[in-house]
Amino acid sequence: MGTEIKPGDVLLELDGIRMSFGIVCALNGISAKIRKGEIHSVIGPNGAGKTVMMNCISGLYHPQAGSIYYQGNKINHLKPHDRAKLGIARTFQKVEVFGGMTVLDNIRLGRHIHYKSGILRGALYVGQTAREEIEHRRFIEEEIIDLLEIEHIRHKPVGMLPYGLQKRVELGRAIALEPELLILDEPLAGLNLEEVEDMARFILDINQEKRWKITCLLVEHDMGVVMDLSDSVYVLNFGNMIVDGPPEEIQKNPEVIKAYLGEEDLYASRK
Amino acid sequence: MQAESKAAFKPMDDITKEMTIPKLFHSQAKKYGKDRPAMREKEFGIWRPITWHDYLENVKYIALGLVSLGLEEGDKVAMIGDNRPEGLWAEMGALCAGGVGVWLFQDSLIDEVKYIIDHSDTKFIVGEGQEEVDKAISIFHDCPKLKKIIWDDPKGMRNYDQDYLISLKEVMRLGRELEAEKPDLFEALINKRQGDDVALLFYTSGTTALPKGVLLSHYNMLTMGKNLMSVDPCRETDDYVSYLPFAWIGEQMMSISCGLQVGYTINFPESRETAQENIREIGPHVMFAPPRMYEQMTRTVQVKYLDAGWIKRKIFEMASSIGYRIADLQFGKKAIPFHWKILKWLAHVLIQKKLKDHLGLTRVRNAYTGGAAMGPDHFRFFHSLGVNLKQIYGQTEVAGISVVHRNGDIKFDTVGLPIPETEVRITEEGEIITKSPSVFLGYYKNPEATEKSLRDGWLYSGDRGFIDEDNHLVVFDRTKDVMTLKDGKPFAPQYLETRLKFSPYVKDSWVIGDRKDHITAVICIDYSVVGKWADTKKLSYTSYPELSQKQDVYDLIEEQIRKANKDLPELVKVRKFINLYKEFDADDDELTRTRKLRREFVGEKYRDIVDALYAEMDLVHIDTTITYEDGRKTHIKTDLHIRTVKP
Repeated sequence: MGTEIKPGDVLLELDGIRMSFGIVCALNGISAKIRKGEIHSVIGPNGAGKTVMMNCISGLYHPQAGSIYYQGNKINHLKPHDRAKLGIARTFQKVEVFGGMTVLDNIRLGRHIHYKSGILRGALYVGQTAREEIEHRRFIEEEIIDLLEIEHIRHKPVGMLPYGLQKRVELGRAIALEPELLILDEPLAGLNLEEVEDMARFILDINQEKRWKITCLLVEHDMGVVMDLSDSVYVLNFGNMIVDGPPEEIQKNPEVIKAYLGEEDLYASRK
Repeated sequence: MQAESKAAFKPMDDITKEMTIPKLFHSQAKKYGKDRPAMREKEFGIWRPITWHDYLENVKYIALGLVSLGLEEGDKVAMIGDNRPEGLWAEMGALCAGGVGVWLFQDSLIDEVKYIIDHSDTKFIVGEGQEEVDKAISIFHDCPKLKKIIWDDPKGMRNYDQDYLISLKEVMRLGRELEAEKPDLFEALINKRQGDDVALLFYTSGTTALPKGVLLSHYNMLTMGKNLMSVDPCRETDDYVSYLPFAWIGEQMMSISCGLQVGYTINFPESRETAQENIREIGPHVMFAPPRMYEQMTRTVQVKYLDAGWIKRKIFEMASSIGYRIADLQFGKKAIPFHWKILKWLAHVLIQKKLKDHLGLTRVRNAYTGGAAMGPDHFRFFHSLGVNLKQIYGQTEVAGISVVHRNGDIKFDTVGLPIPETEVRITEEGEIITKSPSVFLGYYKNPEATEKSLRDGWLYSGDRGFIDEDNHLVVFDRTKDVMTLKDGKPFAPQYLETRLKFSPYVKDSWVIGDRKDHITAVICIDYSVVGKWADTKKLSYTSYPELSQKQDVYDLIEEQIRKANKDLPELVKVRKFINLYKEFDADDDELTRTRKLRREFVGEKYRDIVDALYAEMDLVHIDTTITYEDGRKTHIKTDLHIRTVKP
């Protein structure tokens, strides 16, 4: 919309975001610039305000002060589904999938905003609507199911699947939106090592493949993965942004080590 | 036309020393052209046919592309990856160009890949995607003969820029260029080769030593296919599902040796995980798989049975007892009385039809199994369903199989009769020796081994057996695997192991007793089946080691062993057992890639456990390190219980 954003330009900007719940100040004037085409990570101890920050961006929360700009436009007032239409998708820390629906239906749902036909035409399912459905199905099969390697479960109800696969389905649903910006809230939590490696690969794929080129905003505790994947890391602590910068700098920053990484050898042991 | 296409395969007269796989391929592809699908692949949820015409085109450009990259006559081209059309094209392309095909198991570890690539003097590797390419890159500089690494799946390949990497598309583009330059080259290359030239270099899995490279000629492969197909003819309208590794000779036999001659359609599943589902969709007419695949099917049925309600279970029990009765009559070559025929029909309608459909066995005319011992329990199970399961006997060294059951002459303790043009004899020492046009040329760069196995055109198998009163061949376990108890009583551990494995709760078993007083067993429980059982019993557990050591699980396994022990002579009953804290794994060298137990190795590795089983102990302490696939290590400290099986 409006001005064309090129890779490296700021896609999303937070400016002095403040959010309190009663006397608890979750975000204390946070500012950040997310550049297009990159992977930005937000780290910080539990309760640092990471998820609140994500909720502010996706529109679940409306900050009490500060501004959020997406592609140069202020989006503070927009509802989550309007933000989705702009190209912001997300996954959740605890998977939020429709357990009773199949994998395919969950992903189809993510594609909902791209459907042009309404309820009536959908019920009749002829001509344009049928063609549209086939086109979307092709997209889901060729671009998502193939990418995430979930051919074997496409017709399975998501609730029956192991946690690791549910997370994958949730990612599938989010990218079905073909978003510009993808918020990943702890995509690796609760996964075993093999699943972590797969998920990291998928994140790199959707960020780097020509087909996708999705800008990612990642909240994650797995430091090994964060440092490997990210172009830039933000460190939150008690609602304050302590520091931000490229991963190499963050790892060396004494304040970060003290606040979050803990003893230095903790990180070394993950490697 | 219909009648013609339904016609069964007639053995080809022209499998002469002139004939080669590429020549046959070329003539078949010309014959079927765009009319018939040579293969089908399920991709993006849809079965997509590839006609013989497309097959030929793709193979042609790959072959020419390889030539333009510098492939010379006799150069080795290694393939690694899942079963997929591109894999077969690459193999056929290499053969057409005058090269020799080498297949590797997709899950081979780096060391195995390196050994085979280096030993075979491979010049080109055709890998599927990033994973295979990574393996190939990591050994590239250790294998000086290796020139190029070719890949076909672009997923994840965006950041690779090594100059020795090239995509299959690019190879085919080079092929097109070369064709424009020399339009007759492809056919000239095909016509150049003779039947006795080496076609494939196959590495045997080897339960004891390093893999040996088996040299197979075009003539070996084609006569093998011809002779099997003359016993059990297939039709060109048949379907075959290719999902077992191409590095296994059985898969080569079905897809190349037989497939090319008959012209049936080869179907490739969408992914390894969907294979069973895809088999059901296709409903193949012929099937060849090692026992473990059939064991898996049995297990699926048994687990579903355990889950089913009372009425369903009763109907199943009734139908299977009818099935077993009929099967036993047939095994005994007795006529089936009329009222049993009616009951058979009833069982078919009520249960077996549906069950066969779920297993993808509805249309199967012939199902073969071989490569390892299959227990009679499993074997009878399939016959009770009305599946014409046959044992085969063979090895890589005869390009596949040499002995097979004939229709209506099936005995589950034998492997049947030799196929045409094949002579099987037993030496004075009881070793099985074979002579046929399919006997291999020799081991690659291993004259000593060749000399040992190949004498006067006879293949010495190292297997022991005898020929029974019906002229059927009976194969004992591998010579070294027939064991004797301390008092001199012989027993076959593999037989006991397959009996134990008939229980759905037992994934793997290892029977011990050589030169001991009695027999004991190490059991690997089936994590998912026992796990599910534990869920219904409300037992909590977090991991395999924990679940395996639960007393309730021990009770369960003891019950299973008691069942397996039931009809056995007192001496060869399993007396004691232990549940292992992990499953056997080929990556830990405990199994071969075809999942045969490496007895010697496990004997050494688990010496403490073996000692404890024969000592008056209830517990054995384990303190060991497990290395995962990615190189991580975990320290395991646990106590394993030893349980004596009560009579």
